[in-house]
Amino acid sequence: MTPLFAVLRKEFRQIRRDPTSLGMLLFLPAGLIILVGYALNFDVKHIPLATFDQDRTVQSRDFLRAFGRTEYIDHRFEVRNYEELEELFNGGRASAALVVPPDFSREISAGREVGVQIIVDGSDANSASQAVSYVSRMISEYSLQLTSNAQFRVGQGEFQPFDFRPRVWYNPDLISSKFLLPGLIGFLLVLTAVVSTSLTVVREKERGTMEQIMVSPLRPFELILGKTIPYMLISLIASSVILVLGYLLFDIEISGSILLLYVAIFILILGALGQGLLISTVTNSQQVAFMIAIFSSLLPSFLLSGFVFPISNMPMILQILSNIAVAKFFLVICRGIILKGVGLEALWDQFVYMSIFATVVLSVSMKRMRTGQNSK
Amino acid sequence: MDQFAIDVSSLTKKFGSFTAVDAISFKVKRGEIFGFLGANGAGKSTTIKMLCGLLQSTSGTATVGGFEINSEAEQVKSSIGYMSQKFSLYDDLTVVQNIKFFGGVYGLRNTKLMERMEWAVEIAGLRGWENSLTKTLSGGYKQRLALGCAILHEPEILFLDEPTGGVDPISRRNFWELINQLSEQGVTILVTTHFLDEAEYCNDIILIDAGRLIASGSPTELKTQHIADPILEVSTDNPVEALEEIRSRSWAVEVSVFGTKLHVIVEDEGKGKELITQALRRRNISVSRIERITPSLEDVFLYLLSEKSGKD
Repeated sequence: MTPLFAVLRKEFRQIRRDPTSLGMLLFLPAGLIILVGYALNFDVKHIPLATFDQDRTVQSRDFLRAFGRTEYIDHRFEVRNYEELEELFNGGRASAALVVPPDFSREISAGREVGVQIIVDGSDANSASQAVSYVSRMISEYSLQLTSNAQFRVGQGEFQPFDFRPRVWYNPDLISSKFLLPGLIGFLLVLTAVVSTSLTVVREKERGTMEQIMVSPLRPFELILGKTIPYMLISLIASSVILVLGYLLFDIEISGSILLLYVAIFILILGALGQGLLISTVTNSQQVAFMIAIFSSLLPSFLLSGFVFPISNMPMILQILSNIAVAKFFLVICRGIILKGVGLEALWDQFVYMSIFATVVLSVSMKRMRTGQNSK
Repeated sequence: MDQFAIDVSSLTKKFGSFTAVDAISFKVKRGEIFGFLGANGAGKSTTIKMLCGLLQSTSGTATVGGFEINSEAEQVKSSIGYMSQKFSLYDDLTVVQNIKFFGGVYGLRNTKLMERMEWAVEIAGLRGWENSLTKTLSGGYKQRLALGCAILHEPEILFLDEPTGGVDPISRRNFWELINQLSEQGVTILVTTHFLDEAEYCNDIILIDAGRLIASGSPTELKTQHIADPILEVSTDNPVEALEEIRSRSWAVEVSVFGTKLHVIVEDEGKGKELITQALRRRNISVSRIERITPSLEDVFLYLLSEKSGKD
């Protein structure tokens, strides 16, 4: 039996002896993917709309009727004054409102411009901006229709200077879960790998078994391999669970090469395991290791990876800082392979960045493993 | 082949400005039990860690089993066994799984591993408990299992760092029997302890304080060479006041309490007895007996430590 095999067997036995942690490593990602897939949804539908029709004519009713015909907007309330409107907004029952002026139909018949007021609850910025864009698009459609009707009446026929036909690539229905899932894989893998490896080494320090191993002829690379291989396998299984769930529950198919995707996952985890080992060399208690592991993995891979918040919207300094988040590069690869179906020709630079991160972190932690005892 | 299993010369370890081990030199003969004594924080563990290759020394050299500790750390590691006061075992593994792990780390395989496993289970007294989780074992069993795991690979030299801490007296006695057996088989044993009765089991002893070597020799040498003056054991009904009284007298070289008795070092046996009786009678402290005793190691160490602090 080789020393490496002895370490591996011991690690697997300890993991099996602790089913709670193993369950967390395997099923926490699955739980989160379901939660995120259903709950974390940026699609804004069924915006509760209130209308204040001051005109009350055939024309104004025809205009407002259009808003009852879409799944994006629910025409729920008709109010008679601004006070009622305010009440609805304060109570959060309506988040958008349309106010039709008293001279609406008269002005239109006279061929003059009419101002229609849109009021939006801005406390949820994302929903507000979507509501504004839905409502204004519907208003402009209505006004276009009026124009063409008028032109038709005067015998000019139908004419529109632009025919606007948007076509969205890769995620034609703009479903957020398709956009979020790749990011979630990176985020979860980094988190679990960093936390679990840092704890497994620090636990040995606390118990004194690390000292016992250090006096043995076991070489640092054997210890590191023995510690990382089991967690690498667990992480690969966890990512498979996520991919299968993504396919079954959210119809997310991998358009590109599955093999290439797993290569990316492998490099990502390698870097994360190295990060975990590095943390374990600088701390002596599990609590401290856990805190550092959570902060150093969760914050960058959640905030700086572009998982939720687009990097291009960040201030320059954060854009530069985002390069420390290895999940950022993984995210580009993951979205590229899963959604776009592109391969190495488009993603090679991201692979290079990830490999550099993994190599640097692993070699630093291996060096520290060898000499770390001396700093104590 | 060298006569000495361990040869340490001016070994020093500094942590920043703090000197934990200050130019210590000593030699350990093959096959002997070598005691390393000193208070907590005196530098015992630091010295052992340097000898085992867990710590780099700041200066000085040492050879262990003929290998230099800094440049030949790998060879040193293969020829030593190490057990600390923590009894470093995996609580969540069974007895056999622990043995297999440590055996595997030392490269034991197949029949050799099985043979040594049988042996380790035997010396730990854990026959029938092979598949119990280690965390369910009591301190004494853990201690002997940890020892078994540390010497599965049959090292020539064994380092024991406070091996009997937190273990009951009977387990301590059993443990020392094991150590004696190993020594008879030719294993060199370096053991740190602050139990002075354990020091009596050692062939040679060194005493260190604040990182410096204070005394060395066999227990008998230490007891006879350092204290020339006679030691009187005073039995009294009030040792606390008696201590106070005698300590204030210039004729008392050294006074210390041993249980309910006092040990007083004086320059002359007859005169000393008289002076003590007089001094205590004046304070109305009754004395039931005064007699001369041969010094124990404890007397010697207390004497040496107070001598040293007197010089500083």
